[in-house]
Parts: sequence; C-alpha cells; structure tokens
Amino acid sequence: MTLETTELSLPSRIDTVAAAAAAVAEFIGRSGVSEDAAFGIDLAVREAVTNAVFHGNRQDEEKAVEITLKSSPDAVEISVHDQGAGFNPEEVPDPTAQENILKASGRGIFFMRSFMDEVDWLIRPGGGTTVRMLKRR
Amino acid sequence: MAELNINERQAGDVTVLDMSGKITIGEGSVALRTAIRRLLEEGKKRILLNLAGVGYIDSSGIGELVSSYTAIGKEGGQLKLLNLTQKLQDLLTITKLLTVFDVYDSEADALNSFK
Repeated sequence: MTLETTELSLPSRIDTVAAAAAAVAEFIGRSGVSEDAAFGIDLAVREAVTNAVFHGNRQDEEKAVEITLKSSPDAVEISVHDQGAGFNPEEVPDPTAQENILKASGRGIFFMRSFMDEVDWLIRPGGGTTVRMLKRR
Repeated sequence: MAELNINERQAGDVTVLDMSGKITIGEGSVALRTAIRRLLEEGKKRILLNLAGVGYIDSSGIGELVSSYTAIGKEGGQLKLLNLTQKLQDLLTITKLLTVFDVYDSEADALNSFK
C-alpha cells in the first residue's frame, strides 16, 4: 500500500542533482527513516540523478529527469527516469576489482547497490531508462 | 557559502589543506582538483588533506580523491588523508580505497610519516 507519492520533473543540469537530493530529503523526512538509511538514500539518489543528467540525457536541457517518490509502511521507493539510450548494468565494471580501484569514475552504481535494498533498471529502446531503488524500513 | 572551503597552511615541507563542506559533483570536486593542480604547479608535492570538516562526499568526490592521489604520485609526491569522518571511512572501506590511501587520526603522526 502506497501512502504518499511525489513526482518531480527537473532539467538535465548539474544543479538538478542537489535539487533532487533536497526534495528527497524533505520527502523521507516526512516518512520517517533512520539517519543511516537517510544517508544511503541521499547518496543513491544523487548517483542515480547524476547518471540520468550526464550519461542518460547528456545534459540536454530539452530532456527532463523525472523522479517518482513513493512511501509505504514497508519501504521507500525512488524511481529516476531519463530519456537516454540506456545501458546494460551487468556490463558496468566492478569498481572494487583490483584493476579498477584507482579509476577516477565508475562507483555510482556500486553505491546505489550498496545502500539500497533493491536496484533494478527498466530500459526501453528509444524510450529512456528508469532506475528503481527500494529501501525497506 | 561555497560548497567546499579549503584553507591552506604549511607544516614544514608538508602542505596541509583543511577542508570543510561537501566534495560532490560540480563545485566541490572542482575546488579540490583546482587546489591540487595549483599545489603541483607550485612544486608542493607533499600534501595532507584534513577531511575533519567534510561531512559528505559522493562518487565524484571519491573519484577526485583518487585522481589527486595518482596525479601527486606521478609527480613523485605523496598525498595522505587525515581525520576521516565515519561516513567517509565507510565509503573508502566498501570501495577498498582504505587499503590504498595512507590515513591518520593524528596530525603529528601524519606529518611525521612524510619524513
């Protein structure tokens, strides 16, 4: 049962990352989660929105980043949708593998998976990518 | 107020950067990159980052710490970290970067380690 849903549509700009994080912080503040969970959700949202702005929409301000926040007694669910071509999350290199540890990038999805209980992607050819992240209470 | 404030001081031949704020994509990461590049241009290659006031970092910020570490290493210098917050320590642990960086809780110990 979903008790509260909020939808946001933000431009593909770098400041959207902070704007989305602020909106999510306000949302989860109302729904009541632990401080540790809030930290993880905040980080996962920043990483997901960063990916949507830079990799998905390639900072094309004509393209929106759409965010849906849902709160239920069991969990908080956050979906971030972009209009990009998509990618295969299974092909993203493991940033903790020895050969990748000193790479400057490639840790965003790892953080999303580390701090959320479920992360999955819905990729529609030509229709953009949605990442859905769930944090159980 | 800037997202990341960086105050530079000299302790012998070690340059200490006291940092406070956030190291996140955009302004915070760029501020760190700019500071490290400038120090390298000035020939300052022994650098201690005091992260006591850094309460938040994202993957971009972690990436910037790694880039700084490798850039300084290539110049024959050393980058060390001081006073990690618990959250930052947790992030460096899960990314296995705690095994890469030289990390200290005491500034005196950190400064002595450069000798």
